[in-house]
Amino acid sequence: MMTEPNPAGAEPMLEARAAAVVYAGGVRALDGVDLAVAAGETVALVGESGSGKSTLLRLFNRTAEATAGEVLVGGEPVADRDPVALRRGIGYVPQEGGLIPHWTVRRNVELVPRLSGWERGRRRERAGEALALVGLDPATFGDRHPRSLSGGQRQRVAIARALAADPPVVLLDEPFGALDALTRLALQDEFLALERRLGKTMLLVTHDLDEAFRLGDRVAVLKDGRIRQAAPPAELAARPADDYVRSLLELRRAREAG
Amino acid sequence: MQARTAGAAGRGLGDAGARSGGRPLDRPLLAVAVALALALLPLGSTPADAAEPDAAARGQAARIVVGSKNFEESRLLAEMFAQLLEARTGLEVERRLGLAGTQVCFEALRGGAIDLYPEYTGTGLASILGAEPQPGPEGDAAATLARVRREFLARWDLHWLAPLGFENAYEIAVPRRLAEARGLATISDLARAAGDLRAAFGYEFVERPDGLPGLAETYGLSFASVQPMQQALKYRAAAAGDADVLDVYTTDGRLATHDLVVLADDRGFFPPYEAAPLVRGATLDAQPEIAAALSLLAGALDAETMRGLNHRLQEGREEEPAVARDALAALGLLAGDAHSAAPFAATGEGFGSYLWRRRAQLAARTAEHLALSAGALLLGVLVAVPLGLALERRRAAAETVIRAVALTQTVPSLALLAFMIPLLGVGPLPALVALWIYSLFPILRNTYTGVRDADPEAVAAALALGMTARRALAEIRLPLATPVIMAGVRTAAVMTVGTATLAAFIGAGGLGEPIVTGLQLADTRMILSGAVPAALLALLVDATLALLERRLRPPGID
Repeated sequence: MMTEPNPAGAEPMLEARAAAVVYAGGVRALDGVDLAVAAGETVALVGESGSGKSTLLRLFNRTAEATAGEVLVGGEPVADRDPVALRRGIGYVPQEGGLIPHWTVRRNVELVPRLSGWERGRRRERAGEALALVGLDPATFGDRHPRSLSGGQRQRVAIARALAADPPVVLLDEPFGALDALTRLALQDEFLALERRLGKTMLLVTHDLDEAFRLGDRVAVLKDGRIRQAAPPAELAARPADDYVRSLLELRRAREAG
Repeated sequence: MQARTAGAAGRGLGDAGARSGGRPLDRPLLAVAVALALALLPLGSTPADAAEPDAAARGQAARIVVGSKNFEESRLLAEMFAQLLEARTGLEVERRLGLAGTQVCFEALRGGAIDLYPEYTGTGLASILGAEPQPGPEGDAAATLARVRREFLARWDLHWLAPLGFENAYEIAVPRRLAEARGLATISDLARAAGDLRAAFGYEFVERPDGLPGLAETYGLSFASVQPMQQALKYRAAAAGDADVLDVYTTDGRLATHDLVVLADDRGFFPPYEAAPLVRGATLDAQPEIAAALSLLAGALDAETMRGLNHRLQEGREEEPAVARDALAALGLLAGDAHSAAPFAATGEGFGSYLWRRRAQLAARTAEHLALSAGALLLGVLVAVPLGLALERRRAAAETVIRAVALTQTVPSLALLAFMIPLLGVGPLPALVALWIYSLFPILRNTYTGVRDADPEAVAAALALGMTARRALAEIRLPLATPVIMAGVRTAAVMTVGTATLAAFIGAGGLGEPIVTGLQLADTRMILSGAVPAALLALLVDATLALLERRLRPPGID
């Protein structure tokens, strides 16, 4: 039902305390959410459209602002941070990649290092490493433009871009949502390997419960701007906290059976 | 006196085009643009300099500007003034011929953009002073001259020099067979028959108090229809049987060649229209020799002579400089043989050889046209692109600003040009400003929508990774908007090249000059000699900008 206690017990890397977002028209996108993500943990946010999952994610890099409650990154309230500096320290992968079309792959990947003023050689090196991490050969892909890549390759570049400055936190907003099923599975596998290898703190938004179960250390189910349950996949499957969560799980089982 | 040719202000529709401010302009292009802008400067600065009274005192040849309205006689008289001043004084004379009508000419004179032009006393009285025409002795030629002299001097320090010796009055004419069939000899006769007659009158005549409104009131005239029409076309309409009644001018060369009967003004409605040089007082103070030189023309020209000279221009297709030279030589005021053979009688000459013969003028007109258009466009880009970018950062104000700029598009081009005259005089500068104003909207709109709508996902992702909005504008939005901005620039360019033809109405030269003059003469070939190069120029400019667009388009986008 409510947030599980932080398993590591240490100070959470990401934390929302009674966070709410109410738009000018009175629409409540988020209605008092508590969530804590431990360092190195991956939490998947699932829910239908309008459940508030993307809004919750965006509170952490201040691309959305909480109208009530508190949002912290690394123990520090984001409201006290300069948004630009905050964002440069947090990786971000949007659904459609959001690559800058007139820049080469390499330049796209170098974005955050360049914004942060890294010198050229170091930028180059890191971009190459980041591309290699997501399985793209920098020599082959570095000088190409996003248009000439497949959808899966573009998402890989987007992930490389999010990782290039080696941020401790990465936010992923339906990163595989626009891909075909096969490509999605392949990328999920690689993502799992990366997750283990890099030990980043990750918050992942998805509308796909399978993906949430595969990739998340914990899964948080949102509905109408509230978290219905946040728990490790096995626990969620074994003890759904309410009828809504149960119905989601049944739907998933039915699909697997079919 | 004369019909004012109202040029229809056609402007192209379109959407689009521009250069991107984010990446450096190609250096050669920049050089060309700057050269063009510089080329315009000396042209633009003339009106002010010309009126400077102490230029002679500084020991250099002083310069004066002679203007004229846009019909043959006015141009011819102005050309005669100019040649006479060049021959008899040490002054350098600049010509600004063909200004669009009385209002434009007078404003130009009052503001000092020109120093003198030929005017008619009746026009001064009725159109400029707005006085009621006075029938009877109060309204005779001497009284009219005395009155305009007195009032022009008192109000504006403008001097009417000695009249040239002829009147060019409004008169009413009908085709001879109509006059005979209906027994028309006077305007009073006409008033009785007018109910089923179709009138074709010049644009200015229809509006002037000393034209149709006053005439209709004095005689109780009411026509079946009144068609405002361009001067030369009226004669054609009458010849074709499409018009029954025309306004004509005493010295119109066409009176002789068209079978028309002039009706007597039996109630003495039309005031006398003596032609005379109208000169600024400041100019006369600085260069008194002007009055001395022009006095040589006092009483020197009679109506018969003027009809002959006008006929050479209207029907003989000769040009003012040659006709003016002949006229001055015939008066013994200029050395040279009195009859240099009518140069271009021009029957059966092909359009190709016509263009070839006029190639020097056409090249000069084309260069003026291009400089004017390019200068306006360059200024348009320099203002509208940064403004469009600024609005992207202040979107709340954007729609208001863009709508305000869009309003400039609703002002007819000719009206906008006319508005510029009190502010900037005549010549290339006001034309440049007017064209610049027209160029703003398409460039601004495309710049703003182009940067606003540039790849939203890419921009959002860059912002979410810590790029500042300002940097996103420069590095992402602007390059991605380049094709859209260029489309706006191309629209503006084609519009500007087209609208620049109207600049001839305020003496800015360009390819509109043969068009305006050709309209005056109903000379299709002359109109085409301006219109065809203007159209080609528009295509050429568009093609050049298309090439530029391809070079500016960032890599990696379709």
